[in-house]
Amino acid sequence: MSISFIIISMIILLGAAAAVSFSNLIHCALSLAVAMVGLAMLYLHLGAEFVGFTQVLVYVGAVSIVVLFAILLTRPAPFSPGVHVPWHGRVTGILVAGLVAGMLVGAVLGTPLTSHVGQRVITVKQIGMELMTTYAAPLEIVGLLLTAALMGAVILAAPENGEKKP
Amino acid sequence: MIQPLHACLILSSLLFCIGLAGVLARHNTILMLIGVELMLNAANVNFIAFWRYGAWAGQSAGVMFAIFSIAVAAAEIAVGLALVILIFRHVRTTSIDRVDGMKG
Repeated sequence: MSISFIIISMIILLGAAAAVSFSNLIHCALSLAVAMVGLAMLYLHLGAEFVGFTQVLVYVGAVSIVVLFAILLTRPAPFSPGVHVPWHGRVTGILVAGLVAGMLVGAVLGTPLTSHVGQRVITVKQIGMELMTTYAAPLEIVGLLLTAALMGAVILAAPENGEKKP
Repeated sequence: MIQPLHACLILSSLLFCIGLAGVLARHNTILMLIGVELMLNAANVNFIAFWRYGAWAGQSAGVMFAIFSIAVAAAEIAVGLALVILIFRHVRTTSIDRVDGMKG
C-alpha cells in the first residue's frame, strides 16, 4: 500500500461522502464528479488504463452532466415549503450503513487472500480483440440495451402532446 | 502491513457503504440515484482489484466485466433520471416521501 493509493482513497471517499451529504444538490453532483475522477485515478494506478479513461468519459463527462441537467430541470418552485426530513430516518440509515461497513471490513480482513504483485498490462489492442471474439455476444447485447434504454428515457421524459410548457 | 488486495477491498466496502447511507438517509430521488451509482462503482473497484492482484492466467475478464458494468450503469442512470423528471412533472417534487400515492 503506497502513499499514492492512500491519497487516491482519500479523494474517492471524501468525494463520495460529500456527494451524499451536501444539502445543495448542485454541490452533490460536482462532488460526485470528484469521486469519479478519483476512481479513474485508482484504475490508472492499478494498471487498467482503458477502464480509467472510460470512467472519465462516461462518468465525469456524461453521467455527472446528466445528473446536473436533471437537478436543474427539477428545481422546486420558489417559496415552496422545504422538505422536512425526520432525524430518525437519517440516523437509522447511517447506522445501518455503518453496521454493513463493519461487517464487510471484518469479513475482508478475516479472509486469507494472497496478493499476486507483478506487472500486469492489458493493451487497448488486446481489449479490442477480446471484444470482437470472446465477448462479441455481450457487446451486441450491451449495444441493444443502451439503445433501448436511451430511447425509453427520451420517450419517458419527452413532454406529452398538448401539454403546456412549464 | 496490510496487503494491496485487502486495501482495495476495504476501499470498495467503504465506498459501497457511503452509497448505501446516501440511499437510506436522504429523501431526494436524485441523491438516491447518486448513491446507487456509488454502489455500482464499488463493485467495479472489486473487479479491477481482483484482476490486478488475483491469480493470473492471462485473462482479461476483470477489465471486460468493468467495461460492461460501466455501460449498464450509464443506461440505468439515463432511465432513472428520466423517471425522476416524469414524476416531478406530475407531483412537482423530487422528495421520495411525497410520492406515496398509487393514483396518478
